[in-house]
Amino acid sequence: MATYTYEHIPDQGAKVGVLAYLATSAVVLLLMMVFGLLMRLEQAQWISIGAIRFYELMTLHGAGMVGIAAIAGASIMWHFLRQYVELSSRIFIANLVLFLVGVVMILGSVLLGHFHGAWTFLYPLPGKSMGLWSPGAAALFMGGLLVIGVGFLLLHLDIARALVARYGNFSRALGWPQLFGEDDGKAPPPTVVASAMVTVVNVIGLVVGASILAMMLVNLYVPEFDIDPLLAKGMIYFFGHIFINATIYMAVIGVYEILPRYTQRPWKSNKVFLASWTASTLMVMFIFPHHLLMDFAFPKWMLIMGHIIGYLNTVPILVVTGYGALMIVYRSGIRWDMASKLLFLSLFGWAAGAMPAFIDGTITVNYVMHNTLWVPGHFHTYLLLGMVTMVFGFMYYLGKPSHEHDDHLIDRIAFWLFTSSVLGFTMSFLYSGKESVARRYAAHLPEWVPYDRIASVFAVLVIASSLVFIGRFFARIGLARHDYQRAPVARSAVA
Amino acid sequence: MQPIAWQISLVLMALVAFGFAFVAINSGRRQEDYTPLQKSAYRLRTRLFWGLVLVFGPAMIYTLLELPYDAARANAGAGPVQVVEATGYQWRWELSQDRVAVGQPVEFRVTSADVNHGFGIYDANLHLVAQTQAMPGYINTLRHTFSEEGTYKILCMEYCGLAHHNMLTEIRVGAQ
Repeated sequence: MATYTYEHIPDQGAKVGVLAYLATSAVVLLLMMVFGLLMRLEQAQWISIGAIRFYELMTLHGAGMVGIAAIAGASIMWHFLRQYVELSSRIFIANLVLFLVGVVMILGSVLLGHFHGAWTFLYPLPGKSMGLWSPGAAALFMGGLLVIGVGFLLLHLDIARALVARYGNFSRALGWPQLFGEDDGKAPPPTVVASAMVTVVNVIGLVVGASILAMMLVNLYVPEFDIDPLLAKGMIYFFGHIFINATIYMAVIGVYEILPRYTQRPWKSNKVFLASWTASTLMVMFIFPHHLLMDFAFPKWMLIMGHIIGYLNTVPILVVTGYGALMIVYRSGIRWDMASKLLFLSLFGWAAGAMPAFIDGTITVNYVMHNTLWVPGHFHTYLLLGMVTMVFGFMYYLGKPSHEHDDHLIDRIAFWLFTSSVLGFTMSFLYSGKESVARRYAAHLPEWVPYDRIASVFAVLVIASSLVFIGRFFARIGLARHDYQRAPVARSAVA
Repeated sequence: MQPIAWQISLVLMALVAFGFAFVAINSGRRQEDYTPLQKSAYRLRTRLFWGLVLVFGPAMIYTLLELPYDAARANAGAGPVQVVEATGYQWRWELSQDRVAVGQPVEFRVTSADVNHGFGIYDANLHLVAQTQAMPGYINTLRHTFSEEGTYKILCMEYCGLAHHNMLTEIRVGAQ
């Protein structure tokens, strides 16, 4: 009988660096949520901040959310990966320092230089502001992104070094000998496989992103250095798609590590698991043309490739990770607490958000839904109800006073408030997209305002519930450093 | 198309929610021996995989049959092609003509004089009926046959700076 034997190994406490990452993420997340709310309130015509301020907030909201998603995801990956490989704490901290330097540069660019070219910095908009911001402000913004990118590149290179030192090469870290040969049961654990995948794709994505940023920085001051706008767009979306998706692949490591502790069942690196991560490694890099489906000049075969991979990409999410969570939780006797509930919810958010996402990647649908609010509708589902919820679950796990500790009533209420309000918030976006409401508009047509008002109410509730989660994390941050048993033992496994 | 996308999304999201809710409800009593559970779950997963292939595979291929890049899209109309040159500027549209005939194919040759814009055609009910990107240095050819007369709005569908939301014009679709 192959039952899983639970070992009462104390759950590892977090290093100071991990907590610094999480604290930074939490503070910036709340601030960016407030910026997002202000944008919705402006569209709802309940406040009046003006178009310049709206687009400044939009630029900060996009850059800030992508940034903290990456920082929070990296903290989860680093926390668990260091159980298996030797990572450098100095480089981990250096990444955070570079991130904060980049944040200051971006804040200066937007708040002092009034740069509002959106976080996607689509060429040639940063250099063509109609006099509303200077080349210096654009350079400061793109320079800030570049500094942040350099920090992450350093972090991933250190992870690459550590993986190679422990496993010899990347094919072993990805479990290829077991995937393509006989499964001897010695494949690396899910955390290592996921970290290897993220490292591969992010190193490539960051190099491409840094390249286009450097090209655009030169172009700002030497306009004769011309860039093909379609090439620039392709490079930006290649980098952007990989970087934001990698945040989920990093954060899901928390689910792989924590849910088995709650269910006392293993999350195995079997052939299906390894195949899905290898497939995801390739798909996350080749799916980017689905952002360019309305660029008819882009090579048609690449657009069709984006369409097809959009469909294929849902399979690992649904059939491997989402289904894997269902498997280990089903009849497990799991004791639900805030951490386990949030982590379970996060996989629902990821899988559910993938549905409207792949539908948007269908070329004939994209034809009438691209750059409507359908797009923030699906990415807020898998990022807010998926990725950010994974981070909240990790925060509750780290701060849990003991494995037998019961959650406070206010946390339980906040959980259901968060779940329902995020769903309401994202559905408001999706419904607005169905009604063709255009994306990134400072002012909406009168017909669209009712949807904005509904979304604004839900956004307030999302912030209120997130405030409870984040408040609880800071209140318990002192506990997070210690090693002790956090996960409660499943019901019948107690005896 | 939009209502179909909305309904399919809702159904799929509801199915995912049902799966998670079912497992959450059935998580309380522990089945100690995981091996038989794993075996049956793997069998079910294989079926789920092939179910996805059978449902999504044909949908993926079928939706590729009528691409906006192909001239076939405008073939439903009758008569010669009406060509409209459309150029985006920060923050206005310049059209070579603002009147076209209903039921007759229109070929919008869309480009930009400065930054990226998006050329989105909205009907009288403010529903998006067609779009393409407007990009400096490139011409994207959008073929569309209007089936109803009326005044259509052209809105910008790609963020282009301060007055992005005000960048709109109109095109009138009348009798041939």
